[in-house]
Amino acid sequence: MERWRRVISTYRTAPDEALPVVLSQSGTHGPVISALNQTARDRGISAGDRVVDAQAIHPDLHVEPADLRGDELLMERLVHWSRRWCPWTALDGAAGLVLDVTGSVHLFGGEAALLRDICQRFAMQGLSARVAMTPTRGAGRALSRFGPAVSQCGPEDVSAALAPLPVAALGLSPDTARLLHRLGLKTIGDLAQVPRVSMMRRFANLAAADNPLILLDQALGHAAEPLNAPPDPQHFMARARLAEPVMDPTPYMAALSEDLCRALAQAEQGARQLRLTIYRIDGESLSVSRATARASRDPAHLIRLFDDQLSGMDPGFGFDLITLEALRAEPLARVQSELDGKRNADADLAGLLDRLTARLGKERVSWPVSEQTHKPERVAGRVAALEHPPGEVLSLPRERPVRLLHPPEEVQVIYAVPEGPPSQFRWRRVLYKTARFAGPERIAPEWWRDRPGTRLRDYYKVEVAHGGRFWLYREGLPDDQRGGTPRWFLHGLFA
Amino acid sequence: MPGDSLETARKGLSLYLPEAKAEAKAAPVQTIALTDLLPARPFDPAATGFALASLPREREGPVLWVQDRASRQENGQVYMPSLKAFGVTRPVLQITVNHPRDVLWAMEEGAACSALSAVIGEVYGAPKVLSFTATKRLALRSEASGVPVFMIRAGDPGGLSAARARWRVGSLPSMANPDNRQAPGAARWDAELFRARGRAPGRWVAAYERDASNGLRFLPRADDGALAQGDQHLSHRAG
Repeated sequence: MERWRRVISTYRTAPDEALPVVLSQSGTHGPVISALNQTARDRGISAGDRVVDAQAIHPDLHVEPADLRGDELLMERLVHWSRRWCPWTALDGAAGLVLDVTGSVHLFGGEAALLRDICQRFAMQGLSARVAMTPTRGAGRALSRFGPAVSQCGPEDVSAALAPLPVAALGLSPDTARLLHRLGLKTIGDLAQVPRVSMMRRFANLAAADNPLILLDQALGHAAEPLNAPPDPQHFMARARLAEPVMDPTPYMAALSEDLCRALAQAEQGARQLRLTIYRIDGESLSVSRATARASRDPAHLIRLFDDQLSGMDPGFGFDLITLEALRAEPLARVQSELDGKRNADADLAGLLDRLTARLGKERVSWPVSEQTHKPERVAGRVAALEHPPGEVLSLPRERPVRLLHPPEEVQVIYAVPEGPPSQFRWRRVLYKTARFAGPERIAPEWWRDRPGTRLRDYYKVEVAHGGRFWLYREGLPDDQRGGTPRWFLHGLFA
Repeated sequence: MPGDSLETARKGLSLYLPEAKAEAKAAPVQTIALTDLLPARPFDPAATGFALASLPREREGPVLWVQDRASRQENGQVYMPSLKAFGVTRPVLQITVNHPRDVLWAMEEGAACSALSAVIGEVYGAPKVLSFTATKRLALRSEASGVPVFMIRAGDPGGLSAARARWRVGSLPSMANPDNRQAPGAARWDAELFRARGRAPGRWVAAYERDASNGLRFLPRADDGALAQGDQHLSHRAG
């Protein structure tokens, strides 16, 4: 919800705080509420309600779509960001972080100071955090979600702190929590008083992640619950620190890219995106980015991608630091070169695409794709070759010209005939006489896309006396009430 | 460039002989070399059709097609849905650039990449960068890698070129349409080989043929320009 507020306020004015705002996601029976602001919570709306129900009760409800994927990405980033406090951090549920601060508390001046620091840092990002410092992971999960906003408990008062919390605080599934409610076990304290043997017998068939006895043991510290922290993302970078400012980075490129490729090879990764940065002595830095069609760690290939750009970088009074980093890397296993000495055709083609795209630009190097449309000029679409694989070979059931003029050029009709194409016409100041023709092929405007009043086209394949074959069309009909006399256009040339 | 690899590439040059009648002089279409195609008239797309028809059928990999802005404006852009009618079944990597310099650079990169099945480039007019040296580089690269390169030089007054074969291609009235006498039929081109390495120049009537080994069929052409027997069903009726 807070992330949504921050994102939305960069685009437009965020709605008033006094207005109930909810974020909706799709549920089994229509959209349901996934997050809501304080006003909506005060009005009695809760997460999981159906949006239509809430709208019926509160006509002024402001509904926005939720961005669940964005939330996930933010949480993943926060997991790594929170390593500022301790080396072991992991995601806990959809919106929780668990930090193992054993041994790093003294760096922040005690537990209370650490909790305060965490709250402040999150507040600086515009996020509110509920924090709990506990000896076990399960207790922390329960206290932070169901206890006070900032809570702290030592090893001796864990069971006392957990006792008044509802059983759902253990992280049970809704079904199990409801079952415990029906059995009259509403708080964790109730649960702890039940004899273990009867609990075990009753819940033996539940999985460990949903078993109240195991979860309770973990929360109270009787069972271990280790933290599985995801590894830090690897960052591949090669630097060249120069003793004196230089003007030309070219001599250093070979060593840089070899360093980078060695690091990539050790991790069995290949670069998909590269950035070369030069740091000038006047404090400025300039960078050039390049992308590759498939993961690569071939030093010669990586250098060639930067070939023409190096001269275009303004060195100023010289620079003394060059870095080459792989912004995005993908796994790339070592491959054995083929025994028959042939080159790998796929690799060759990917390398060619990289070089062409690096010099000419992404949109200029493309594969054709067929679009769902009737208009001849729109049928052949283009997609960037670096990002998409080549598609099917385009084909249409009717004969089409090998070249298409875009936009179509108007021809001057010298001698019109009532049916069929003009028997004499002038195009680019040359007079042509129709010898034979085929057609018409009528292509109607697409009412769902074209502007109202667009006229239909009657296409003719026209062969003129010396042998040229043209694709002419008449725009509209004489009596279609969409303009004056129909005009003739030349749209394509047949081979 | 090592001399032996060039030598082997030269030996690999294949000369296709069209299945012509006994009196027809064989027309050479070299499939591994730089080939120049000059349109006989302005805005004549016959050279495009000729290039498409003579693309090698047996090679794997995409076709690289490079166009500069002037040829897009003057002659129109290549219309991809039409290529299948010339038997092109490989994907086409399309590059549209503004300057002929970039066309030549992209063609050189493509000619050196043996994963491509062919390279077709278009340069309009006779820009300075399209010098004899540039064509020589292209021809050498093409021979070293074995990728055939076709260069469509529209609006060229006839500059120097190191191309191994130079054709001038123009449209001819099409063949008779079997279904409709009023309608144009299959395309036919007037193909003149005016310079070639190791071959005598000549002039033919060429047409696309699906079953021919290299996609082209060459018909003999009498010296006065008249067409051979059996192709005279042309009706020059207007409208």
